[in-house]
Amino acid sequence: MINMQAVRAIYAFEMARAFRTAMQSLISPVLSTSLYFVVFGAAIGGSIERIDGVSYGSFIVPGLIMLTVMTQSISNASFAIHFPKFLGSIYELLSAPVGVTEVVLGYVGAAATKSLIIGLIILATSTLFVPLEVAHPVAMAVLLVIICFAFSLFGFIIGIWAQNFEQLQIVPLLIITPLVFLGGSFYSISMLPPVWQAVSLFNPVVYLISAFRWSFFGAADVPIGLSVAAIAAFTALCIAAIWWIFKTGWRLKT
Amino acid sequence: MTAAADTPAMIEIAGLNKTYDSGFVALRNIDLTIRKGEILALLGPNGAGKTTLISTICGITVPSGGRVLVGGHDIETQPGKTRRIIGLVPQEINIEPFQTVWNAVRFSRGLFGLPPDPARIEEILKTLSLWDKKDEVVKALSGGMKRRVLIAKALSHEPQVLFLDEPTAGVDVELRKDMWRIVDALRDEGVTMILTTHYIEEAEAIADRVAIISKGRILLVEDKDTLMQSMGKRSMSLELASPLETVPQSLEAYGLELSANGLEVTYAFDTRAERTGIASLLRDMSEAGLSVRDIKTAQSSLEEIFVELVERDTGDDESPEAPAMRAEEPA
Repeated sequence: MINMQAVRAIYAFEMARAFRTAMQSLISPVLSTSLYFVVFGAAIGGSIERIDGVSYGSFIVPGLIMLTVMTQSISNASFAIHFPKFLGSIYELLSAPVGVTEVVLGYVGAAATKSLIIGLIILATSTLFVPLEVAHPVAMAVLLVIICFAFSLFGFIIGIWAQNFEQLQIVPLLIITPLVFLGGSFYSISMLPPVWQAVSLFNPVVYLISAFRWSFFGAADVPIGLSVAAIAAFTALCIAAIWWIFKTGWRLKT
Repeated sequence: MTAAADTPAMIEIAGLNKTYDSGFVALRNIDLTIRKGEILALLGPNGAGKTTLISTICGITVPSGGRVLVGGHDIETQPGKTRRIIGLVPQEINIEPFQTVWNAVRFSRGLFGLPPDPARIEEILKTLSLWDKKDEVVKALSGGMKRRVLIAKALSHEPQVLFLDEPTAGVDVELRKDMWRIVDALRDEGVTMILTTHYIEEAEAIADRVAIISKGRILLVEDKDTLMQSMGKRSMSLELASPLETVPQSLEAYGLELSANGLEVTYAFDTRAERTGIASLLRDMSEAGLSVRDIKTAQSSLEEIFVELVERDTGDDESPEAPAMRAEEPA
């Protein structure tokens, strides 16, 4: 039976932390996204032709939301579990009657909620800069929620894996940011030479951005079914990894 | 209120072993039964395995072998059941610094599956003199106050078994007194308590039983009173009617100590010995013409017993200190 009180306690605790640090949680992603719009949308975008019939400023919105949501999910979730590990206060979590379900719902749920809120704020901010219509709003919302959750799961794993704060930064910096930038956040991979198009298909982020952009403009780089399958597989893999971590106590218990 | 021997067991440990990844053996084949409602003091030098034993029962450390039942449930196969009834006050002050005292305690209660109960938390905070600090952020508190918060967190979910891992190490007199009062109140509620401490007088004052652990092995588990009686050296002080300058030669064999003013001699004896020598001492003193005005006996403290046992066990092989530091590193 799920310890719902524990889920509630963890979730409330994590959300309270987000509100305490609301300035850095919200202001900085909104500010940096606005800068992207100013630089890429207004300054450079004017000299780039329309992609799939969409102005460049509008075209980058889904990619920008993805970029922020992915990095925020990872940093929120990884910090949430790494900090108690660093402090030693994790003893309480380890000795509490909670298992993988409670921990995932509480920590990952809270991290995903935070990045979802940030994603929605950026979406709202973007309408101040560019005209925007969402072709499939329900699909867009569902995809956004799932991606927030999936990358929070991934971040949670990183938070447990990391043995210091440097390692905590390495994965987002060295892996996620390049994958997102090269995953078609700011361009359609159909604009690339065929060789690089083929290489891009090995980048998992391509499938996420493609699906998310499809929900906005109805056009995708890769078939939507393939994207959904990729997202589902990634989520399943992360859940399996966390289940294994809690079963063995890897990097949590001595 | 010593828990009687026929009281049901609360914690049953059988053949428990723990070897850390580093190869350090922290627990060697531990067998220990702790009865419901009793207070067990776990004594041992640094690195003896006290914290490892507690961490294993609480689920923070993974055992390498053996079995632990808490309230009849296996800690590995039914952790949900055992953990709900266990409270832990850790040795280190490990606590999230940016939350308020109130939220910290409320969080613990929820984490252990209990519905919110502000009245109960208020009561706990008041008992621990934390009530006027409830809205303060933990990091603003002094070390002693933080320790009180850790105790409040452990009590917030109304545990039936409470582990106190050196709860009074480095705390002021006030908190120690509060701790003892709380332990008394919990004892009346029937809470089983396991206490590790460096203050042996603390174990002597509040424990029902004492377990001595050294180098991962339980050397001895005994009712405190029995232990003190059976192992205690006693000393007898005899007050003399008139002062002596030196102990008469006829009494030399007794190894008497003469006080500075010459009015008191002290005789040490072992209750375990076949003959204590008291009768013959008194006879020989009377023959030497000494008249005795008063006799007092005193018992050796638990501390002396402890030091003696551990010293006997700790040969001059490896020092227990170095690997101990690794063993007690927080997870």
